[in-house]
Amino acid sequence: MVANVFERLRSLVLSAFLIVCLSLPAFAGAFEDAVAKFANDEFSDTEEAIGAVAVSGNPLAFPVISALQDGRLWADPDTKKVFITQDDGKIIDAASGTAVDKMPDNAAAVRLNNRLRRSVEAALGGLTLLSPDPAKRISAAQSVFKSHEESALPVVEGALAKETNKGAKAAFTEARAAILLYKSDASDTEKLEAIATIKARGDQEAMALLTGLADQSPLVTKAAASAIASIQSTLAVWSAVQNAWYGLSLGSVLLLAAIGLAITFGVMGVINMAHGEMVMLGAYTTFVVQEIIRTSYPGLFDYSLLIAVPLAFLVAGAIGVVIERTIIRFLYGRPLETLLATWGLSLVLQQAVRTAFGPTNREVGNPSWMSGAFELGQITITYNRLWILCFTLAVFAILLAMLRYTALGLEMRAVTQNRRMAASMGIATSRVDALTFGLGSGIAGIAGVALSQIDNVSPNLGQSYIIDSFMVVVFGGVGNLWGTLVGAFTLGIANKFLEPVAGAVLGKIAILVLIILFIQKRPRGLFALKGRAVEA
Amino acid sequence: MTPHLLTRSLDRSATLFLIVVAACGMLIPLSNLLLPAGSILQVPTYLVALFGKYACYAVLALSIDLIWGYCGILSLGHGAFFALGGYAMGMYLMRQIGSRGVYGNPILPDFMVFLNYPKLPWYWHGFDMFWFAALMVILAPGLLAFCFGWLAFRSRVTGVYLSIITQAMTYALLLAFFRNDFGFGGNNGLTDFKDILGFNVQADGTRAALLALSCLALMIAFLICRAVVTSKLGKVLIAVRDAESRTRFLGYRVESYKLFVFTLSACMAGVAGALYVPQVGIINPSEFAPGNSIEAVIWVAVGGRGTLIGAALGAVVVNYAKTYFTSGPLAPYWLFMLGAMFILVTLLLPKGIVGTFNAWWEPWKASRLTASAESAAREDGISEPHMAE
Repeated sequence: MVANVFERLRSLVLSAFLIVCLSLPAFAGAFEDAVAKFANDEFSDTEEAIGAVAVSGNPLAFPVISALQDGRLWADPDTKKVFITQDDGKIIDAASGTAVDKMPDNAAAVRLNNRLRRSVEAALGGLTLLSPDPAKRISAAQSVFKSHEESALPVVEGALAKETNKGAKAAFTEARAAILLYKSDASDTEKLEAIATIKARGDQEAMALLTGLADQSPLVTKAAASAIASIQSTLAVWSAVQNAWYGLSLGSVLLLAAIGLAITFGVMGVINMAHGEMVMLGAYTTFVVQEIIRTSYPGLFDYSLLIAVPLAFLVAGAIGVVIERTIIRFLYGRPLETLLATWGLSLVLQQAVRTAFGPTNREVGNPSWMSGAFELGQITITYNRLWILCFTLAVFAILLAMLRYTALGLEMRAVTQNRRMAASMGIATSRVDALTFGLGSGIAGIAGVALSQIDNVSPNLGQSYIIDSFMVVVFGGVGNLWGTLVGAFTLGIANKFLEPVAGAVLGKIAILVLIILFIQKRPRGLFALKGRAVEA
Repeated sequence: MTPHLLTRSLDRSATLFLIVVAACGMLIPLSNLLLPAGSILQVPTYLVALFGKYACYAVLALSIDLIWGYCGILSLGHGAFFALGGYAMGMYLMRQIGSRGVYGNPILPDFMVFLNYPKLPWYWHGFDMFWFAALMVILAPGLLAFCFGWLAFRSRVTGVYLSIITQAMTYALLLAFFRNDFGFGGNNGLTDFKDILGFNVQADGTRAALLALSCLALMIAFLICRAVVTSKLGKVLIAVRDAESRTRFLGYRVESYKLFVFTLSACMAGVAGALYVPQVGIINPSEFAPGNSIEAVIWVAVGGRGTLIGAALGAVVVNYAKTYFTSGPLAPYWLFMLGAMFILVTLLLPKGIVGTFNAWWEPWKASRLTASAESAAREDGISEPHMAE
């Protein structure tokens, strides 16, 4: 108990030092004198030195204290010089910051005991709260918010008074509220204000802070309870938004994988079981492109995907045309046999890739513009998912426009609706078939480029998507791309909303069962072709 | 009725097939058990187990041929029925372990002790009795097939749609059986079997008996299939395969016929799975993998769909090739070969081995018959030059 009070007193003193330093310009020489004290090898001197360095306002203060914490601060007892060994192995003089060639032979690491370690931590916390970088200040304030350490209150209040950055100011206000809420001698008005601030923050941490509250006056307890209820409803909304976003993201992936399948199935009535392998080939094309760029033109890495997209389209599309000309052409009118032959083809392609690239996952990197994430309200959106969603929609729009406005699109639609009539009108249906199959495969290749950014590139990549994409096509119905779009996003969102309730696997099973039941109502999917085309 | 059905369903090739299977089922076990080890004619035990496995696969292939070859239903999920039958048998075998497991629990199988199950899940009750397990071997796949088929056929899901839905079904079961809390051993499945009906599953005698039983099951399954396809029902099935809408317009309830044959086929697949499990000593969720079901379809395609004998033959031939190639230095090329088999058979040999053989054999046989009739007529001194037509 006594030790605890002492502890608190000490950190208050330290905080007071820090406040003082905010108002006083650091005087020259104080920092250097303080640093020299580290060389005395006395715990009491070291403690004084920590306090003095912490309040010095010198830019070297943070490196010195953190080096002390990690045991990287060395002192030479003879010359009273102190050195920092940096992570990269370089040595600098702690007082001046100049680089030093060699550590003196008799230098020893400055020792710490448990009491000193706590002062070091407090000093570091204070230093980051006062860091010139607003991002650092915010993250320091966030950690104070979580710990609601009472001793930090004076520093937080001091920093808040001086703060000009909007984000940092909010963070400090919240940190202050958190501390006041848990401060035993704060007045009820202060606490109510604090609750209001925390309620406005409205996230998981605010919730944890409020639920942890105990032994308060009835007024505060009541306010806290109502704040918890309000935060809960906010959180529910945000988690719904989060699920919807995940669902959209999954839906875009499904759409990308299924869209080519929908085209080949819609136009030719051919189930291409090797479709997943076209996706896989697209992903491996990306891998090869990145390998070449890495070894020969490292500067182009950010453009690797832009290069890979047309290449993957060409590679997968060309293979698709070859498959159509050599295998599928002979199996028209026998859809079940086509299914088996393309399954065999998928085995061959998988094994070929396994032989060429090895069975393990290959590394495909994210370009800089696709890495990272940003916060939107309380959800985190990663750039690669966002880009894939945009990319999918772009591909969808281009495809739709192609079907609508080009001659090939017109012919494809004609063949879809009535093959024999189209042939009678002079459309070369076999050419349309080959091009359609190439187009569908090419889009699968493009999908592979996108999927290489979020999934493991391995020979089994395609297999994991094939059943899901079939479900999309069956659910959405063939002959209409909008069906595929609606199907993909519905399944994606339904999947992500079921996942938190039922777990990932059960959610998936539930979706499969639901589709089987849905087929009862609409055997030909959501957007079925009507009229004579149905029986064909 | 039954003798009539039997005689009608047996032609010469069918009789030959039954004789060959019966001979395998009797001679291989006898040679394994009675001849001294090391004798040239003695079949080693590992081969007995292998042949037993093939016989089970042949039953599975028959069940697929019955619906695909004669009714045009391409199920890509028949492995699920096979695995369900296998799990029912596996549950019986697990309960037979009793307190001999690693944890020595007399009621709970090892994996349940390991996963902290407080008591036996309700669906495990009764599996300590063989008759109940045997009933479940037929009922579980049959019931699933009945419900699934009822839903699918009633709403006229046909062709590739049906194939994909069946594939989704087995995929869903695969995911479900992988779960530890589903109560079927999760990833590891059921294994470490000790004995079946009091006989040690590892013993040579049990293995030989299981092979004999598998061959018997193959013969019975074959007879059932022959009886179905040669009956009037079989004619309707073929009509459904060739022109479903027309059959419906002629007044047949197509979905009832399909449902019957689909359920029957699932039950057969379940029996095959139940005989398979004690012979390989393990059943795990990978049996539900969609790839397995499709592979079973290719056995039928290789042997010849719609010939029954071909299906059984295809299962043995393809699996023998698989055993041969995957155990040798050619193992990395097996998938190439399997894939090529899928493509080449569908492209070049659409009737399969038996179908192609029949197509080549029957005109030759017919011409020989007419030739011999002609010569016989000539010997009688009656000239009939136009008879050859």
